Amino acid sequence: MSEKLIVRVTGVTKDFDLGKIVVKVLKGIDLEIETGKYISIMGPSGSGKSTLFNMIGGLDKPTKGKVFIDEVDIAQLDAYELAWLRCRKIGYIFQTFNLIPVMTALENVTLPMTFAGMPSETAVSRGMKLLSQVGLEGRHAHKPAELSGGQQQRVAVARALANSPSIILADEPTGNLDLSTGEEIIALLKQLSQEQGTTVISATHDFKMLNVSDQVIWIRDGRVDKIQERTELEIHTGGMSS
Amino acid sequence: MRRLIVLPWKKSIEIAYKSIRARFFRSLITTLTLVLAVSFLAFSQVSIDIADNMLATGDPSLCQMLMRCGYDILPGDTSLAASPKQRWIITLSLLVCVVGIINAQLMSVTERFREIGTMKCLGALDRFIVRIFVMEAAMQGFAGALVGAVVGAISAFLAALLRFGPDTINLLPWQAIFLSTLIALVTGISLSLLGVLYPAIMAARMQPVEAMRVEQ
Ligand SMILES: Nc1ncnc2c1ncn2[C@@H]1O[C@H](COP(=O)(O)OP(=O)(O)OP(=O)(O)O)[C@@H](O)[C@H]1O
Ligand SMILES: [Mg+2]
Repeated sequence: MSEKLIVRVTGVTKDFDLGKIVVKVLKGIDLEIETGKYISIMGPSGSGKSTLFNMIGGLDKPTKGKVFIDEVDIAQLDAYELAWLRCRKIGYIFQTFNLIPVMTALENVTLPMTFAGMPSETAVSRGMKLLSQVGLEGRHAHKPAELSGGQQQRVAVARALANSPSIILADEPTGNLDLSTGEEIIALLKQLSQEQGTTVISATHDFKMLNVSDQVIWIRDGRVDKIQERTELEIHTGGMSS
Repeated sequence: MRRLIVLPWKKSIEIAYKSIRARFFRSLITTLTLVLAVSFLAFSQVSIDIADNMLATGDPSLCQMLMRCGYDILPGDTSLAASPKQRWIITLSLLVCVVGIINAQLMSVTERFREIGTMKCLGALDRFIVRIFVMEAAMQGFAGALVGAVVGAISAFLAALLRFGPDTINLLPWQAIFLSTLIALVTGISLSLLGVLYPAIMAARMQPVEAMRVEQ
């Protein structure tokens, strides 16, 4: 393989033990994700997209199998290294935005930089730059509650970018947004992946995402159903629209 | 590569302060239980200090007055101490106060599951979470205990003035009063910290996914 792999998932399964029954959510996932690609993980509700997302992001541990980020097995990392990975290497975007309600937009964006040890002034100026990059100039002093859903998600995008991560993980980033706002967020993510070579991995059932994806991974019932490259997609969607 | 994750003290104080302000009313009520318990403690201790000092003068008329006011003084006693009943009530009030604080802090943790989970996703270490909660409790504890200790000491002084007449002013054992107030203050802060310990550890132990799953 000529291109560098940034994420490698091998034989990952995830069971949830609910006492009486064990729910098998992921049933053996193998994935290889190349650096700089825009990947969409598609699949019906309950197919295990969020669960897979949590495994890749180091937010949860697989029952079996391994997740490698930059060829490092994340199960081998200690608490410090895991925090470091979450802070510097991965930017998370959630369906529910998950901004810290008591902090302003700017403070939300600078928090990961603070964790990363960036001096306060540098963090503030970078935070302002990121906020204007996502189209939120002049809103830095607003609390999340004073912003619309789309604006909150823009803050979340800016926050995800705070420490220039190599991977952006987005779990249904447009799930709580209307059509046009969703498209704006998608365009923003696409622009980032193109300009900065950030790998974007996005779980979604939003078909708008397909147009910008380099690769679509279809998940069905805890397994990888099929993987489509961009070229196949264009034929596919073209066929649908005609 | 330096794998360093930090949260400067200034920043944790800032976050804690903001969280208190955001839930000002509830923080106030939590603090109020502390104010009550600490002022009761300060009141009892300072009252004893004042009575003690009067007894120590050896003046029989003061001794009579103390006995009239309900102090059990045996002949030959040179100092007073809190009666077992009094101690029991004080202990009980402090205990109730801690339980109240634990309850309030647990509620606060539950309410902030998502916030805590998000911070962990952004790279916060367990001890940052503990620290933020402890800072909050320390601020609340200091404010509450300070108000409580001062209110308690002043009421003890006023009560003495009413019971023993204006002459008591000359007999006030300032040093002992100051010490008792300080002890009440420190006790109050410690209670607040004691109350937050379990909730804070619970918050810090939480896995980020668990926090994310909670519906808002
Ligand atoms: N902590 C858990 N305990 C038990 N079952 C769980 C847990 N987390 C997820 N599941 C189950 O795993 C399955 C997949 O969940 P997941 O959230 O990954 O789906 P999804 O593909 O993201 O769906 P959606 O598109 O609706 O977000 C569901 O059937 C869910 O009930
Ligand atoms: Mg999901």
